[in-house]
Amino acid sequence: MIITKQKDIEEIYEMTKPYSKILVAGCDGCCQPPRSINEAKVLAQMLELKARSEGRDLKWKAITVLRQCDDRIAATTLRPFIEEYDAIVSLACGLGVGMLNRIFPTILTFPAQNSMFGGAENNGENYFVEYCETCGDCLLGVTGGICPMAGCAKNLSNGPCGGQVEGKCEVGGYIHDCAWVKIWERLKKFNRLDLFTIYRPPRNYYLWSSPRYIHIYEPISNEEEPKKEEKI
Amino acid sequence: MVNRPAFSNLLKTIREGKFVFTGELEPEKDFDLNHVLHSAEEMKKTGKIVAANVTDGPQGDAYTCSMVPCYLVQEKVGLEAIWQMTVRDRNRIALFGDILGGAILGLKNLLALTGDHSALGDHQNARAVYDLDSTQLIDLVSKMVDDGTDLEGNEIKGGKPQLNVGCAANPNSNPREPEILKVGRKVEVGADFIQTQTSFDVDDAKEFLKELERYNIPVLLGLFPIKNYGIAWYFNEYIPGVSVPKDFLDALKKTKKIKDKKEKYATIDKINLDFYEPFIKEIKKTTKAAGIHCMAVHYERLFEPLFKDF
Repeated sequence: MIITKQKDIEEIYEMTKPYSKILVAGCDGCCQPPRSINEAKVLAQMLELKARSEGRDLKWKAITVLRQCDDRIAATTLRPFIEEYDAIVSLACGLGVGMLNRIFPTILTFPAQNSMFGGAENNGENYFVEYCETCGDCLLGVTGGICPMAGCAKNLSNGPCGGQVEGKCEVGGYIHDCAWVKIWERLKKFNRLDLFTIYRPPRNYYLWSSPRYIHIYEPISNEEEPKKEEKI
Repeated sequence: MVNRPAFSNLLKTIREGKFVFTGELEPEKDFDLNHVLHSAEEMKKTGKIVAANVTDGPQGDAYTCSMVPCYLVQEKVGLEAIWQMTVRDRNRIALFGDILGGAILGLKNLLALTGDHSALGDHQNARAVYDLDSTQLIDLVSKMVDDGTDLEGNEIKGGKPQLNVGCAANPNSNPREPEILKVGRKVEVGADFIQTQTSFDVDDAKEFLKELERYNIPVLLGLFPIKNYGIAWYFNEYIPGVSVPKDFLDALKKTKKIKDKKEKYATIDKINLDFYEPFIKEIKKTTKAAGIHCMAVHYERLFEPLFKDF
Protein backbone atom coordinates (compact mmCIF):
# COMPACT_ATOMS: atom_id res chain seq x y z
CA MET A 1 0.00 0.00 0.00
CA ILE A 2 0.97 3.66 -0.33
CA ILE A 3 2.16 4.94 3.04
CA THR A 4 1.38 8.60 3.72
CA LYS A 5 2.06 11.10 6.48
CA GLN A 6 -0.27 14.00 7.15
CA LYS A 7 1.08 17.42 6.29
CA ASP A 8 1.46 20.04 8.97
CA ILE A 9 -1.94 21.63 9.65
CA GLU A 10 -0.49 25.09 8.96
CA GLU A 11 0.51 24.02 5.45
CA ILE A 12 -2.94 22.55 4.71
CA TYR A 13 -4.62 25.67 6.12
CA GLU A 14 -2.46 27.99 3.99
CA MET A 15 -3.40 26.00 0.84
CA THR A 16 -7.12 26.21 1.57
CA LYS A 17 -7.16 29.77 2.93
CA PRO A 18 -8.57 31.39 -0.24
CA TYR A 19 -11.67 29.15 -0.08
CA SER A 20 -14.69 29.36 2.22
CA LYS A 21 -16.41 26.04 1.38
CA ILE A 22 -14.30 22.88 1.26
CA LEU A 23 -15.01 19.23 0.63
CA VAL A 24 -12.66 17.07 2.73
CA ALA A 25 -12.33 13.65 1.11
CA GLY A 26 -10.90 10.63 2.91
CA CYS A 27 -9.72 7.53 1.09
CA ASP A 28 -10.28 3.91 2.10
CA GLY A 29 -8.04 2.49 -0.63
CA CYS A 30 -5.05 1.62 1.50
CA CYS A 31 -6.25 0.93 5.02
CA GLN A 32 -3.13 2.03 6.92
CA PRO A 33 -2.45 4.59 8.27
CA PRO A 34 -6.18 5.40 8.49
CA ARG A 35 -7.30 8.39 6.46
CA SER A 36 -11.02 7.70 6.16
CA ILE A 37 -14.21 9.51 7.19
CA ASN A 38 -13.19 10.11 10.82
CA GLU A 39 -9.79 11.51 9.89
CA ALA A 40 -11.46 13.70 7.25
CA LYS A 41 -13.88 15.04 9.86
CA VAL A 42 -11.13 15.78 12.40
CA LEU A 43 -9.04 17.56 9.76
CA ALA A 44 -12.07 19.65 8.68
CA GLN A 45 -12.77 20.62 12.29
CA MET A 46 -9.17 21.66 12.84
CA LEU A 47 -9.25 23.80 9.71
CA GLU A 48 -12.54 25.35 10.88
CA LEU A 49 -11.07 26.18 14.31
CA LYS A 50 -8.03 27.75 12.71
CA ALA A 51 -10.26 29.78 10.38
CA ARG A 52 -12.43 30.95 13.29
CA SER A 53 -9.35 32.04 15.24
CA GLU A 54 -8.65 34.33 12.30
CA GLY A 55 -12.25 35.55 12.16
CA ARG A 56 -13.08 33.58 9.03
CA ASP A 57 -16.11 31.46 8.35
CA LEU A 58 -15.37 28.02 6.90
CA LYS A 59 -18.03 25.60 5.70
CA TRP A 60 -17.04 21.99 5.18
CA LYS A 61 -18.28 18.51 4.41
CA ALA A 62 -16.31 15.37 5.26
CA ILE A 63 -16.74 12.33 3.06
CA THR A 64 -14.75 9.25 2.14
CA VAL A 65 -14.11 7.40 -1.12
CA LEU A 66 -13.55 3.68 -1.51
CA ARG A 67 -10.49 4.34 -3.70
CA GLN A 68 -9.61 7.80 -4.94
CA CYS A 69 -7.17 6.34 -7.48
CA ASP A 70 -10.05 4.65 -9.35
CA ASP A 71 -11.61 7.22 -11.66
CA ARG A 72 -15.09 5.65 -11.79
CA ILE A 73 -15.39 5.12 -8.04
CA ALA A 74 -14.04 8.58 -7.23
CA ALA A 75 -16.24 10.31 -9.81
CA THR A 76 -19.48 8.61 -8.77
CA THR A 77 -18.82 9.21 -5.07
CA LEU A 78 -17.86 12.88 -5.25
CA ARG A 79 -19.69 14.27 -8.30
CA PRO A 80 -23.00 14.93 -6.45
CA PHE A 81 -21.19 17.31 -4.05
CA ILE A 82 -18.54 19.22 -5.91
CA GLU A 83 -20.85 21.90 -7.30
CA GLU A 84 -21.47 23.20 -3.77
CA TYR A 85 -17.79 23.57 -2.81
CA ASP A 86 -14.88 25.87 -3.77
CA ALA A 87 -12.10 23.36 -3.24
CA ILE A 88 -11.39 19.74 -2.29
CA VAL A 89 -8.90 18.64 0.36
CA SER A 90 -7.88 15.03 -0.24
CA LEU A 91 -6.55 12.70 2.43
CA ALA A 92 -5.41 10.24 -0.22
CA CYS A 93 -1.89 9.72 -1.46
CA GLY A 94 -0.68 11.64 -4.48
CA LEU A 95 -2.46 9.18 -6.76
CA GLY A 96 -5.83 10.21 -5.32
CA VAL A 97 -5.01 13.92 -5.40
CA GLY A 98 -3.85 13.61 -9.01
CA MET A 99 -6.94 11.63 -9.96
CA LEU A 100 -9.42 14.13 -8.43
CA ASN A 101 -7.69 17.02 -10.17
CA ARG A 102 -8.00 15.10 -13.44
CA ILE A 103 -11.62 13.99 -13.19
CA PHE A 104 -12.89 17.31 -11.74
CA PRO A 105 -11.16 19.90 -13.93
CA THR A 106 -13.35 22.77 -12.66
CA ILE A 107 -12.21 22.57 -9.04
CA LEU A 108 -8.80 22.40 -7.37
CA THR A 109 -7.97 19.44 -5.11
CA PHE A 110 -5.27 20.04 -2.47
CA PRO A 111 -3.21 17.34 -0.73
CA ALA A 112 -3.46 16.84 3.03
CA GLN A 113 -0.82 14.12 2.96
CA ASN A 114 2.76 13.61 1.90
CA SER A 115 3.05 10.33 0.02
CA MET A 116 6.04 8.51 1.49
CA PHE A 117 6.53 5.10 -0.17
CA GLY A 118 4.93 1.87 -1.22
CA GLY A 119 5.11 0.07 2.09
CA ALA A 120 4.29 -3.08 3.95
CA GLU A 121 2.91 -3.40 7.44
CA ASN A 122 4.54 -5.85 9.81
CA ASN A 123 1.90 -6.58 12.41
CA GLY A 124 3.26 -6.13 15.89
CA GLU A 125 6.06 -3.83 14.76
CA ASN A 126 5.44 -0.15 15.06
CA TYR A 127 6.46 0.92 11.59
CA PHE A 128 5.72 0.66 7.91
CA VAL A 129 8.64 -0.49 5.84
CA GLU A 130 9.57 -0.07 2.20
CA TYR A 131 10.12 -3.47 0.59
CA CYS A 132 9.82 -2.37 -3.03
CA GLU A 133 10.73 0.78 -4.97
CA THR A 134 8.68 -0.18 -8.06
CA CYS A 135 11.79 0.05 -10.22
CA GLY A 136 10.32 -1.84 -13.15
CA ASP A 137 13.04 -4.52 -13.28
CA CYS A 138 12.62 -6.84 -10.30
CA LEU A 139 15.81 -8.24 -8.76
CA LEU A 140 14.17 -10.20 -5.93
CA GLY A 141 14.77 -13.50 -7.71
CA VAL A 142 18.54 -13.13 -7.37
CA THR A 143 18.69 -11.45 -3.98
CA GLY A 144 16.90 -13.91 -1.75
CA GLY A 145 13.69 -11.88 -1.86
CA ILE A 146 15.29 -8.78 -0.28
CA CYS A 147 15.28 -5.69 -2.47
CA PRO A 148 18.60 -3.82 -2.65
CA MET A 149 16.88 -0.90 -4.36
CA ALA A 150 14.44 -0.35 -1.49
CA GLY A 151 16.64 -1.72 1.28
CA CYS A 152 20.02 -0.16 0.47
CA ALA A 153 20.45 3.59 0.97
CA LYS A 154 22.77 3.66 -2.04
CA ASN A 155 20.60 1.42 -4.28
CA LEU A 156 23.63 -0.80 -4.90
CA SER A 157 23.34 -3.66 -7.36
CA ASN A 158 26.65 -5.13 -6.17
CA GLY A 159 26.83 -4.44 -2.44
CA PRO A 160 27.58 -4.18 0.36
CA CYS A 161 29.47 -0.90 0.39
CA GLY A 162 32.17 -0.39 2.99
CA GLY A 163 29.81 1.57 5.23
CA GLN A 164 28.14 -1.33 7.03
CA VAL A 165 29.14 -2.08 10.61
CA GLU A 166 27.95 -5.30 12.17
CA GLY A 167 25.30 -5.52 9.49
CA LYS A 168 23.95 -1.99 10.09
CA CYS A 169 23.86 0.87 7.58
CA GLU A 170 25.94 4.07 7.88
CA VAL A 171 22.88 6.07 6.85
CA GLY A 172 20.53 6.74 9.75
CA GLY A 173 23.04 6.12 12.53
CA TYR A 174 23.68 2.36 12.25
CA ILE A 175 20.10 1.46 13.20
CA HIS A 176 18.77 -0.01 9.97
CA ASP A 177 19.88 -3.34 8.58
CA CYS A 178 22.32 -3.38 5.70
CA ALA A 179 20.23 -4.94 2.90
CA TRP A 180 23.31 -6.54 1.35
CA VAL A 181 24.35 -8.26 4.57
CA LYS A 182 20.77 -9.55 4.85
CA ILE A 183 20.92 -10.72 1.23
CA TRP A 184 24.22 -12.50 1.93
CA GLU A 185 22.82 -14.15 5.07
CA ARG A 186 19.73 -15.35 3.27
CA LEU A 187 21.51 -16.67 0.18
CA LYS A 188 24.11 -18.37 2.38
CA LYS A 189 21.34 -20.07 4.33
CA PHE A 190 19.96 -21.56 1.11
CA ASN A 191 23.44 -22.40 -0.18
CA ARG A 192 22.97 -19.94 -3.05
CA LEU A 193 26.03 -17.70 -2.68
CA ASP A 194 26.46 -18.23 -6.42
CA LEU A 195 23.71 -15.62 -6.76
CA PHE A 196 25.55 -13.28 -4.39
CA THR A 197 28.88 -13.40 -6.20
CA ILE A 198 27.60 -12.75 -9.72
CA TYR A 199 28.28 -9.31 -11.14
CA ARG A 200 25.12 -7.37 -11.92
CA PRO A 201 25.70 -4.89 -14.78
CA PRO A 202 24.40 -1.30 -14.77
CA ARG A 203 20.63 -1.16 -14.49
CA ASN A 204 18.10 0.21 -16.95
CA TYR A 205 16.92 3.30 -15.09
CA TYR A 206 14.83 4.35 -18.08
CA LEU A 207 12.27 1.88 -16.75
CA TRP A 208 12.23 3.91 -13.55
CA SER A 209 11.86 7.35 -15.08
CA SER A 210 8.60 9.26 -14.90
CA PRO A 211 6.02 9.51 -16.28
CA ARG A 212 5.37 5.79 -16.65
CA TYR A 213 2.44 4.30 -18.60
CA ILE A 214 1.27 0.74 -19.00
CA HIS A 215 -1.52 -0.17 -21.41
CA ILE A 216 -4.21 -2.04 -19.53
CA TYR A 217 -5.88 -3.60 -22.54
CA GLU A 218 -4.23 -4.61 -25.77
CA PRO A 219 -6.53 -5.74 -28.62
CA ILE A 220 -6.55 -9.51 -29.14
CA SER A 221 -7.08 -10.93 -32.59
CA ASN A 222 -6.70 -14.29 -34.34
CA GLU A 223 -5.49 -12.50 -37.45
CA GLU A 224 -1.81 -12.05 -38.03
CA GLU A 225 -0.88 -8.42 -37.54
CA PRO A 226 2.15 -6.66 -38.97
CA LYS A 227 4.87 -6.38 -36.33
CA LYS A 228 5.08 -2.93 -34.80
CA GLU A 229 8.25 -1.44 -33.37
CA GLU A 230 8.10 -1.54 -29.60
CA LYS A 231 7.77 1.89 -28.06
CA ILE A 232 7.43 2.89 -24.45
CA MET B 1 40.85 -10.92 -14.02
CA VAL B 2 42.21 -8.62 -16.70
CA ASN B 3 45.75 -8.51 -17.91
CA ARG B 4 46.01 -4.81 -18.47
CA PRO B 5 49.27 -2.95 -19.06
CA ALA B 6 50.63 -0.89 -16.20
CA PHE B 7 49.97 2.66 -17.33
CA SER B 8 50.79 4.26 -13.99
CA ASN B 9 54.06 4.41 -12.09
CA LEU B 10 52.18 2.99 -9.15
CA LEU B 11 51.33 -0.22 -10.95
CA LYS B 12 54.68 -0.38 -12.74
CA THR B 13 56.49 -0.15 -9.40
CA ILE B 14 54.24 -2.77 -7.85
CA ARG B 15 54.83 -5.11 -10.79
CA GLU B 16 58.58 -4.61 -10.41
CA GLY B 17 58.12 -6.27 -7.06
CA LYS B 18 58.84 -3.21 -4.91
CA PHE B 19 56.99 -2.62 -1.65
CA VAL B 20 55.25 0.68 -2.32
CA PHE B 21 53.86 3.53 -0.24
CA THR B 22 51.01 5.82 -1.21
CA GLY B 23 49.84 8.94 0.62
CA GLU B 24 46.59 10.85 0.84
CA LEU B 25 45.67 14.42 -0.05
CA GLU B 26 42.39 15.98 0.88
CA PRO B 27 41.05 19.05 -0.91
CA GLU B 28 38.31 20.54 1.23
CA LYS B 29 36.02 23.52 0.58
CA ASP B 30 39.02 25.20 -1.02
CA PHE B 31 39.49 27.82 -3.66
CA ASP B 32 43.18 27.88 -2.72
CA LEU B 33 44.82 24.48 -3.14
CA ASN B 34 48.24 25.45 -1.81
CA HIS B 35 47.90 23.24 1.25
CA VAL B 36 47.30 20.23 -1.01
CA LEU B 37 50.29 21.08 -3.18
CA HIS B 38 52.45 21.69 -0.09
CA SER B 39 51.54 18.28 1.31
CA ALA B 40 52.27 16.70 -2.07
CA GLU B 41 55.68 18.38 -2.14
CA GLU B 42 56.48 17.10 1.35
CA MET B 43 55.52 13.59 0.22
CA LYS B 44 57.65 13.84 -2.87
CA LYS B 45 60.64 15.01 -0.84
CA THR B 46 60.64 11.77 1.13
CA GLY B 47 61.34 9.87 -2.09
CA LYS B 48 59.27 7.01 -0.71
CA ILE B 49 55.77 7.90 -1.80
CA VAL B 50 55.09 6.60 -5.29
CA ALA B 51 51.64 8.19 -5.63
CA ALA B 52 49.05 10.05 -3.58
CA ASN B 53 45.30 9.61 -3.41
CA VAL B 54 43.19 12.74 -3.87
CA THR B 55 39.85 12.39 -2.13
CA ASP B 56 36.42 13.05 -3.70
CA GLY B 57 34.10 14.68 -1.18
CA PRO B 58 34.88 12.48 1.84
CA GLN B 59 32.15 12.15 4.50
CA GLY B 60 29.69 13.27 1.84
CA ASP B 61 30.77 16.91 2.09
CA ALA B 62 30.75 19.31 -0.88
CA TYR B 63 34.46 19.85 -1.50
CA THR B 64 36.66 20.97 -4.37
CA CYS B 65 36.54 18.33 -7.08
CA SER B 66 39.20 15.67 -7.18
CA MET B 67 40.25 15.91 -10.82
CA VAL B 68 41.79 19.39 -10.77
CA PRO B 69 43.98 18.85 -7.68
CA CYS B 70 45.08 15.51 -9.19
CA TYR B 71 46.20 17.32 -12.30
CA LEU B 72 47.94 20.11 -10.36
CA VAL B 73 49.74 17.64 -8.10
CA GLN B 74 51.08 15.83 -11.16
CA GLU B 75 51.93 18.97 -13.13
CA LYS B 76 53.27 21.27 -10.44
CA VAL B 77 54.75 18.79 -7.98
CA GLY B 78 55.55 15.84 -10.20
CA LEU B 79 53.90 13.35 -7.86
CA GLU B 80 51.59 10.79 -9.43
CA ALA B 81 47.96 11.08 -8.36
CA ILE B 82 45.44 8.37 -7.52
CA TRP B 83 42.19 9.92 -8.54
CA GLN B 84 39.43 8.94 -6.13
CA MET B 85 36.06 8.88 -7.83
CA THR B 86 32.79 8.18 -6.09
CA VAL B 87 29.53 7.21 -7.78
CA ARG B 88 27.56 9.30 -5.28
CA ASP B 89 27.30 12.52 -7.26
CA ARG B 90 27.44 11.65 -10.95
CA ASN B 91 25.52 9.39 -13.27
CA ARG B 92 27.17 7.17 -15.88
CA ILE B 93 27.17 10.00 -18.44
CA ALA B 94 29.00 12.41 -16.14
CA LEU B 95 31.38 9.69 -14.91
CA PHE B 96 32.29 8.77 -18.48
CA GLY B 97 32.88 12.39 -19.40
CA ASP B 98 35.02 13.05 -16.34
CA ILE B 99 37.10 9.91 -16.77
CA LEU B 100 37.81 10.80 -20.36
CA GLY B 101 38.66 14.37 -19.35
CA GLY B 102 40.95 13.23 -16.54
CA ALA B 103 42.70 10.76 -18.82
CA ILE B 104 43.30 13.56 -21.34
CA LEU B 105 44.92 15.54 -18.51
CA GLY B 106 47.29 12.63 -17.92
CA LEU B 107 45.78 11.04 -14.83
CA LYS B 108 46.83 7.40 -14.66
CA ASN B 109 45.18 5.90 -11.56
CA LEU B 110 41.52 5.92 -10.68
CA LEU B 111 40.21 4.55 -7.40
CA ALA B 112 36.56 3.57 -7.83
CA LEU B 113 34.52 4.19 -4.69
CA THR B 114 30.88 4.15 -3.66
CA GLY B 115 31.39 7.24 -1.49
CA ASP B 116 30.00 8.17 1.90
CA HIS B 117 26.29 8.86 1.56
CA SER B 118 25.32 12.51 1.07
CA ALA B 119 23.01 12.16 4.10
CA LEU B 120 26.19 12.12 6.24
CA GLY B 121 27.62 15.29 4.72
CA ASP B 122 26.98 19.02 4.75
CA HIS B 123 24.21 18.90 2.12
CA GLN B 124 21.92 16.34 3.69
CA ASN B 125 18.97 17.24 1.45
CA ALA B 126 20.91 16.48 -1.71
CA ARG B 127 19.69 13.80 -4.08
CA ALA B 128 22.30 11.05 -4.01
CA VAL B 129 22.87 9.67 -7.51
CA TYR B 130 24.24 6.10 -7.34
CA ASP B 131 23.30 5.45 -10.96
CA LEU B 132 26.23 3.02 -11.04
CA ASP B 133 27.80 1.32 -8.05
CA SER B 134 31.57 1.13 -7.60
CA THR B 135 31.78 -2.29 -9.28
CA GLN B 136 29.90 -0.97 -12.30
CA LEU B 137 32.23 2.05 -12.33
CA ILE B 138 35.18 -0.34 -12.65
CA ASP B 139 33.28 -2.05 -15.47
CA LEU B 140 32.90 1.36 -17.16
CA VAL B 141 36.63 2.12 -16.81
CA SER B 142 37.47 -1.34 -18.17
CA LYS B 143 35.30 -0.80 -21.23
CA MET B 144 36.89 2.61 -21.82
CA VAL B 145 40.47 1.43 -21.32
CA ASP B 146 40.34 -2.08 -22.80
CA ASP B 147 37.71 -1.71 -25.51
CA GLY B 148 37.82 2.04 -26.15
CA THR B 149 34.05 2.40 -25.73
CA ASP B 150 31.44 3.73 -23.34
CA LEU B 151 29.05 1.41 -21.48
CA GLU B 152 26.80 1.17 -24.54
CA GLY B 153 29.64 0.14 -26.82
CA ASN B 154 29.95 3.50 -28.60
CA GLU B 155 33.51 4.05 -29.72
CA ILE B 156 35.77 6.72 -28.20
CA LYS B 157 37.42 8.64 -31.02
CA GLY B 158 41.16 9.19 -31.13
CA GLY B 159 42.34 6.29 -28.99
CA LYS B 160 41.74 4.57 -25.70
CA PRO B 161 42.28 6.33 -22.38
CA GLN B 162 45.20 4.87 -20.43
CA LEU B 163 44.23 4.35 -16.83
CA ASN B 164 44.67 1.76 -14.12
CA VAL B 165 41.75 1.28 -11.82
CA GLY B 166 41.69 0.35 -8.16
CA CYS B 167 39.04 -0.56 -5.68
CA ALA B 168 38.62 -0.33 -1.93
CA ALA B 169 38.16 -3.06 0.66
CA ASN B 170 37.38 -2.67 4.33
CA PRO B 171 39.31 -4.82 6.80
CA ASN B 172 36.98 -3.65 9.58
CA SER B 173 33.92 -5.16 7.93
CA ASN B 174 31.87 -7.34 10.19
CA PRO B 175 30.65 -9.73 8.85
CA ARG B 176 33.67 -10.05 6.60
CA GLU B 177 32.60 -12.69 4.11
CA PRO B 178 30.27 -10.46 2.02
CA GLU B 179 33.09 -7.87 1.85
CA ILE B 180 35.54 -10.45 0.53
CA LEU B 181 33.01 -11.80 -1.98
CA LYS B 182 32.26 -8.26 -3.13
CA VAL B 183 35.94 -7.66 -3.87
CA GLY B 184 35.80 -10.76 -6.10
CA ARG B 185 33.21 -9.09 -8.32
CA LYS B 186 35.41 -6.00 -8.62
CA VAL B 187 38.41 -8.07 -9.63
CA GLU B 188 36.28 -9.94 -12.15
CA VAL B 189 35.28 -6.70 -13.92
CA GLY B 190 38.81 -5.36 -14.09
CA ALA B 191 40.26 -3.87 -10.88
CA ASP B 192 44.07 -3.59 -11.08
CA PHE B 193 44.79 -2.99 -7.41
CA ILE B 194 43.16 -2.69 -3.99
CA GLN B 195 43.65 -0.02 -1.35
CA THR B 196 42.13 -0.89 1.99
CA GLN B 197 40.55 1.21 4.68
CA THR B 198 42.60 1.79 7.79
CA SER B 199 43.57 -1.01 10.10
CA PHE B 200 44.88 -0.71 13.65
CA ASP B 201 45.13 -4.43 14.33
CA VAL B 202 48.07 -6.21 12.74
CA ASP B 203 46.74 -9.74 13.28
CA ASP B 204 43.37 -8.82 11.88
CA ALA B 205 45.00 -7.07 8.91
CA LYS B 206 47.10 -10.17 8.20
CA GLU B 207 44.02 -12.34 8.23
CA PHE B 208 42.23 -9.95 5.87
CA LEU B 209 45.19 -9.84 3.48
CA LYS B 210 45.35 -13.64 3.54
CA GLU B 211 41.69 -13.83 2.52
CA LEU B 212 42.29 -11.41 -0.36
CA GLU B 213 45.18 -13.52 -1.69
CA ARG B 214 42.69 -15.68 -3.57
CA TYR B 215 42.19 -12.87 -6.07
CA ASN B 216 45.88 -12.56 -6.93
CA ILE B 217 45.76 -8.77 -7.12
CA PRO B 218 48.11 -6.23 -5.45
CA VAL B 219 46.79 -4.95 -2.14
CA LEU B 220 47.93 -1.80 -0.35
CA LEU B 221 47.00 -1.94 3.30
CA GLY B 222 45.59 1.30 4.70
CA LEU B 223 47.25 2.73 7.81
CA PHE B 224 46.41 5.95 9.60
CA PRO B 225 49.20 7.53 11.66
CA ILE B 226 47.51 9.94 14.05
CA LYS B 227 48.95 13.39 14.57
CA ASN B 228 47.05 14.35 17.72
CA TYR B 229 44.89 12.88 20.45
CA GLY B 230 41.74 14.62 19.17
CA ILE B 231 41.81 12.66 15.91
CA ALA B 232 42.36 9.38 17.76
CA TRP B 233 39.48 10.17 20.11
CA TYR B 234 37.24 11.06 17.17
CA PHE B 235 38.11 7.82 15.44
CA ASN B 236 37.30 5.84 18.52
CA GLU B 237 34.05 7.62 19.30
CA TYR B 238 32.58 8.39 15.93
CA ILE B 239 33.88 5.90 13.37
CA PRO B 240 31.97 2.72 14.08
CA GLY B 241 33.83 -0.50 13.46
CA VAL B 242 37.22 1.14 14.02
CA SER B 243 38.87 1.18 17.40
CA VAL B 244 42.25 2.69 18.17
CA PRO B 245 44.21 0.33 20.45
CA LYS B 246 44.03 1.45 24.08
CA ASP B 247 47.79 1.75 24.66
CA PHE B 248 48.17 3.86 21.53
CA LEU B 249 45.23 6.04 22.54
CA ASP B 250 46.44 6.48 26.13
CA ALA B 251 49.94 7.38 25.00
CA LEU B 252 48.52 10.07 22.71
CA LYS B 253 46.29 11.35 25.51
CA LYS B 254 49.31 11.98 27.73
CA THR B 255 50.81 14.29 25.09
CA LYS B 256 47.97 16.74 25.67
CA LYS B 257 49.78 17.96 28.78
CA ILE B 258 53.06 18.74 27.02
CA LYS B 259 53.31 22.53 26.67
CA ASP B 260 56.39 22.80 24.46
CA LYS B 261 55.24 22.35 20.86
CA LYS B 262 58.50 20.85 19.64
CA GLU B 263 58.60 18.33 22.43
CA LYS B 264 54.94 17.49 21.93
CA TYR B 265 55.41 16.83 18.20
CA ALA B 266 58.49 14.71 18.89
CA THR B 267 56.61 12.64 21.46
CA ILE B 268 53.62 12.11 19.16
CA ASP B 269 55.93 11.13 16.30
CA LYS B 270 57.70 8.63 18.54
CA ILE B 271 54.39 7.08 19.60
CA ASN B 272 53.40 6.66 15.96
CA LEU B 273 56.81 5.30 14.97
CA ASP B 274 56.76 2.82 17.86
CA PHE B 275 53.34 1.63 16.75
CA TYR B 276 53.65 1.66 12.98
CA GLU B 277 57.28 0.67 12.30
CA PRO B 278 56.85 -2.86 13.66
CA PHE B 279 53.36 -2.98 12.12
CA ILE B 280 54.68 -2.28 8.62
CA LYS B 281 57.68 -4.59 9.10
CA GLU B 282 55.35 -7.40 10.10
CA ILE B 283 53.06 -6.82 7.12
CA LYS B 284 55.98 -6.66 4.72
CA LYS B 285 57.61 -9.77 6.15
CA THR B 286 54.64 -12.05 6.62
CA THR B 287 52.06 -11.12 3.97
CA LYS B 288 51.84 -10.67 0.22
CA ALA B 289 50.75 -7.02 0.55
CA ALA B 290 52.08 -4.88 -2.28
CA GLY B 291 52.54 -1.91 0.00
CA ILE B 292 51.03 0.53 2.43
CA HIS B 293 48.51 3.26 1.80
CA CYS B 294 49.30 5.86 4.45
CA MET B 295 46.30 8.08 5.10
CA ALA B 296 48.02 10.59 7.35
CA VAL B 297 46.63 13.78 5.82
CA HIS B 298 48.78 16.81 6.77
CA TYR B 299 51.14 14.62 8.78
CA GLU B 300 53.87 14.32 6.18
CA ARG B 301 56.65 15.02 8.69
CA LEU B 302 56.27 11.42 9.87
CA PHE B 303 56.85 9.90 6.43
CA GLU B 304 60.62 10.32 6.32
CA PRO B 305 61.36 8.60 9.64
CA LEU B 306 58.59 6.03 9.18
CA PHE B 307 59.55 4.85 5.72
CA LYS B 308 63.33 5.28 5.84
CA ASP B 309 64.05 1.60 6.46
CA PHE B 310 61.77 0.25 3.78
